[in-house]
Amino acid sequence: MSSITWSPTAVGRDRLLRWLQDYGVYGALVILLIVAVALNTGFMSASNWRVQLFQLSPTLLVALGMALVIGTEGIDLSVGAVIALAAAVIPLYIGYGAWPAVGIALLLGAASGSLGGSMVAFAGVQPIVATLALMIGLRGLAELMNGDAAKPVVDSTLLSLGENSALGVPVMAWIALAAAVITGLVLRLTTFGRQLVAIGDNRPASRLAGLPVRRVLITVYVISGVLSALAGALIVGHGAEADPANQGLNMELNAITAVVVGGTPLTGGRVRVLGTVAGALFMQLITAVLTQHNVHASYTQIVEAAIICFAVYASRERGTR
Amino acid sequence: MSATQLPDQGVDAFVLEADGLAKSFAGVHALRGVDFALRAGEVHALVGENGAGKSTLIKVITGVYRPDAGTVRLAGQDRSFRSPLEAQSAGISTIYQEVNLVPLMSVARNLYLGREPRRFGLVDPRAMNRGAAATLERYGVRVDVTRPLHTLGLGAQQMVAIARAVQSQARVVIMDEPTSSLEGREVSTLFSVIRTLREQGIAVVFVSHRLDELYEICDRVTVLRDGAVVHTGALAGLDRLELISLMLGRELSAVRAEGATAFGTASHAAGADARPALRAENLDLRHRLHGVSLDVRAGEVVGLGGLLGAGRSETAKAIIGALPTDGGSVDVDGKRLHRRNPAAAMRAGVVMLAEDRKAEGIIPNLSVRENIVLAALPRMSRAGVLSAEKQDAVVKLFMDRLRIKASSPHQRVSDLSGGNQQKVLLARWLCMNPKVLLLDEPTRGIDVGAKAEVQALIDELAREGLAVLLISSELEELIEGSDRVVVLKDGSVVGHLDGDEVTEERLLHALAAAPSDPARGDQDPDSGSVAAASGSIVAETAAAADSGDEEQKR
Amino acid sequence: MSSSTLNRTLPPGPAAGPVAEPQQAPTLRERISYQVQRRGALAVLVLVAALASGLSPTFPTWSNISSILGNNAFVWLLALAMTFVITTGGIDLSVGSLYALGGVLAARGAQTGSWLAVLLPVVVCAAWGAVQGLLVAKARMAPFIVTLAGLLGARGLLQAITNEGSTTYLVPQGSWFRDLGQGTWTPVLIVAALFVLGWLLLERTGFGAALTAIGGNENAARLLGLPVDRAKVLVYLLSGTLAGVAGALGGSRLGSGVTTIGVGYELTAIAAVVIGGTLLSGGFGSIGGTVCGVLLLAVIHNLIDHYFSQYGSAFTDAVNGGFLAVVVLLQTALSRARRLG
Repeated sequence: MSSITWSPTAVGRDRLLRWLQDYGVYGALVILLIVAVALNTGFMSASNWRVQLFQLSPTLLVALGMALVIGTEGIDLSVGAVIALAAAVIPLYIGYGAWPAVGIALLLGAASGSLGGSMVAFAGVQPIVATLALMIGLRGLAELMNGDAAKPVVDSTLLSLGENSALGVPVMAWIALAAAVITGLVLRLTTFGRQLVAIGDNRPASRLAGLPVRRVLITVYVISGVLSALAGALIVGHGAEADPANQGLNMELNAITAVVVGGTPLTGGRVRVLGTVAGALFMQLITAVLTQHNVHASYTQIVEAAIICFAVYASRERGTR
Repeated sequence: MSATQLPDQGVDAFVLEADGLAKSFAGVHALRGVDFALRAGEVHALVGENGAGKSTLIKVITGVYRPDAGTVRLAGQDRSFRSPLEAQSAGISTIYQEVNLVPLMSVARNLYLGREPRRFGLVDPRAMNRGAAATLERYGVRVDVTRPLHTLGLGAQQMVAIARAVQSQARVVIMDEPTSSLEGREVSTLFSVIRTLREQGIAVVFVSHRLDELYEICDRVTVLRDGAVVHTGALAGLDRLELISLMLGRELSAVRAEGATAFGTASHAAGADARPALRAENLDLRHRLHGVSLDVRAGEVVGLGGLLGAGRSETAKAIIGALPTDGGSVDVDGKRLHRRNPAAAMRAGVVMLAEDRKAEGIIPNLSVRENIVLAALPRMSRAGVLSAEKQDAVVKLFMDRLRIKASSPHQRVSDLSGGNQQKVLLARWLCMNPKVLLLDEPTRGIDVGAKAEVQALIDELAREGLAVLLISSELEELIEGSDRVVVLKDGSVVGHLDGDEVTEERLLHALAAAPSDPARGDQDPDSGSVAAASGSIVAETAAAADSGDEEQKR
Repeated sequence: MSSSTLNRTLPPGPAAGPVAEPQQAPTLRERISYQVQRRGALAVLVLVAALASGLSPTFPTWSNISSILGNNAFVWLLALAMTFVITTGGIDLSVGSLYALGGVLAARGAQTGSWLAVLLPVVVCAAWGAVQGLLVAKARMAPFIVTLAGLLGARGLLQAITNEGSTTYLVPQGSWFRDLGQGTWTPVLIVAALFVLGWLLLERTGFGAALTAIGGNENAARLLGLPVDRAKVLVYLLSGTLAGVAGALGGSRLGSGVTTIGVGYELTAIAAVVIGGTLLSGGFGSIGGTVCGVLLLAVIHNLIDHYFSQYGSAFTDAVNGGFLAVVVLLQTALSRARRLG
């Protein structure tokens, strides 16, 4: 019932904004690449790209989970804390081998997700608050488990996961790519995926249509938790140390940014997997370009903030938190 | 049958005029060259079917929308309001059908929102509470004004909204379906308020589809149809059937013979099955339903009648388990439904078309195809992966059968017209192969053509053996579409109408009579001499209509 | 004056008696949930404080209490700001960064003069808040995202004006600005005064009523003629200003503009507000509740510092998180019971 003035120009602007939201990120990415190469022809070198992919992959994994959660009109602020938790747990169980340790980390990620998801699905707690509580609590828990100092990690399997490349592309990038493909397929082709989208678009209608709303909600948070834990394991492997106090910091902001810039609306109902990949790539490259040209970190941050604003403006979010 | 005949006033007594108003939304013409004139001190009825343009006209006049063409004049001066606030400050006050107040805030605060009484520059809560209690007392509402608004019944909430709207320096008061949540006594109170306004020279625009009320209180009428004015004039000389036929655009004789809807006149041959397809017993939901029982047989259309707030939607939602109940049971084909949630109900064969298709029906950003198969997704997949062929087959089947007009099955459902959206929702439920279909306002807010199609479809479905529960606020639709009618009032069943008893008169009579009214038992409705003991407007009107008296003054 | 317009158009009173059963009598569940929401935080605060006093001799001492009050008072202003924003159904994630920015600006300004130390943060943070408010109200962007961007941007600005955090401006000793932040009484009095003003603003002004209405039913608020857009811009302006003022005062207490401060403060503020009973979905705000919330979190922090100091702040975080979860679950469960019943 707002005072919308419907006129031909308004409809046209609507359509332009919708197009921007859907495809803007790809255009922006192309422009960015052109500018980056123009400024530094070495940008397209394999070694540079390897560096970028190493930094991008954990963020992308988390962003994929975040995109699914946002698709249900929710949000997961606990992803950084889950990374910290994974970093805390891995050194404790690395004695049994890399896979068991990572497995336990993933299990804990799933547990955290089911806790958050249950609060949202059964108790009706708002996602921001539920995951906020988890965020605060889990990071504290992680630091309690780990103590203050960062612990070095020497397990070869874990290190190779974090450091190696296959066919010139880092292993973790392959993992992230696989995750992206699987996520896209699940969203498009499975019952779960379609139900997720419907629930995010109109929850009461989905409920009345007999959709298993609670089950789907819990599942997305579990997926987000697992992906975050996986990202945590990769970060630990790459840096060869487990540092819950500092690893995963700001990851929630980075993930949300990637998702939003990629065109997925915060109001739920539409998940753009390819857009999220492009969004994560875009944010990574912008930071890289600015840093490589010695732009102060502060200005980079301001630029990031402006980009988020613009992406959201273009997606015409209304009202909801 | 209006109480007072106004002396003919000159043109300069027009307080509000609209000339050639036009408004379109995305190519749909909601208003077409509408002229409207309101005199000071007159009560002007604004009537028309759903989608005729009544609420658009009001929104344009009150500044919610800006017109594409035309002018609005207030007391002779061209005004174009950019917001409801501006219209309000200029003296046009609006009372909406939905109570547009803030449920979490106290009653007193709601009443004074925006114009709180002050002391030393700060809001004075004591004066506010005192004033609110006193005001509402005059409206016959005695409540604790410090408690949140949502603790009030719908009728009382509406009275608060009315009291608020009337408070300000209004020159024009627009009332959009104000009686939809009011019962007898409250309606009388409202009408006294309206008469007082009229005496003070304030103009009232009264939007309603309750013809009895219109004839009771209004002086003039403007009829809208498909966005244009088809008639303006005094109400006194206009026959009811004439009015209906103007609203519908149907010939008088056709309306008389065929009725006002597309429902067939033959009642459905409900099988003499001993076991009803659906039996609900003693549904209880605190404050909303009290021991509601009903049953529906296969091939039968049972109407659920009642005013707004009577509990019709709640009954339907309780049956499928969308609302948890404090007591009662539901049996489908004789089998008890133990777990009550929408999924379980669907599995048992009971589906519901919700009242508010925007909020509880369509998934707006998904395609027609996806909306249709939404509930049936598990049946269309193997190991979680969806089968495109199965979906396509089902979608084609129903798009053809229901004549859903869309550019393709992949069109976004929010781009479709209301009528087609409703058909998509019907397709969603029909592809579940249900035994029982609960329809809550199936033709609300859709164009005349689609409405006829949906009504005919309901007829057809019943003939094919579906058990249908029909909820509708349009009396003709309810009367003509149902084989039987269960009448609800304030959450309880207060009457049953069967076969020949299903008439508008009987229905209104059942609605008007209080549950404990002893006179109800031994009245003969056909004679029309209904006792005025219940104090309802409708009863008085019926009596007055027969005896030709002036309406009784209170 | 409203009372005269009130009586203007009323009928002499309907002959029929009052509307039957216009209001539902409060059920037991409703009454419990009402009390819990309004006074729950207070009850828990009293309980925890009593327990602490009973178990530990050092807790109820003046030196302990004054340090709790003095060290945290300015940060509590963030919760005050957050109460207003959350009441409208919005959120302001930028208050932590604005706090830090306020501190740095104040320290920088103090070097020129004490008046500038107050003026600079107020003006800059107010402007920042106003821009956020405009984006929310006029561009209809989600508060979460707008203030998230604000969080990043303000932190970036902060880094930029301090040469990437390398410059630390010092507040000159002896200036009256420096004195503002010292001790216990001055901070507490300043903050208490602001809280009282805040209470008056929310409960006793048209602006506060408008904020509550917007959070309760924005559509209705618009139709009722309330200046919704303007109120929204103002509330974010208010929030930004309070955050800046809080940061300035904090900088005064610390004696310098610390660039690393303020991270995560917005989350603690949200936690305090929610624990205090204000509805996150908007429509009900309680300044008194926020006071209880901040005190409760501060007491818990104090206790943990005392008893579990070996675990460091990590334990506080874990406890806070758990606490928030419990409170929110309780709130949601009770409010759902209320709505259904």
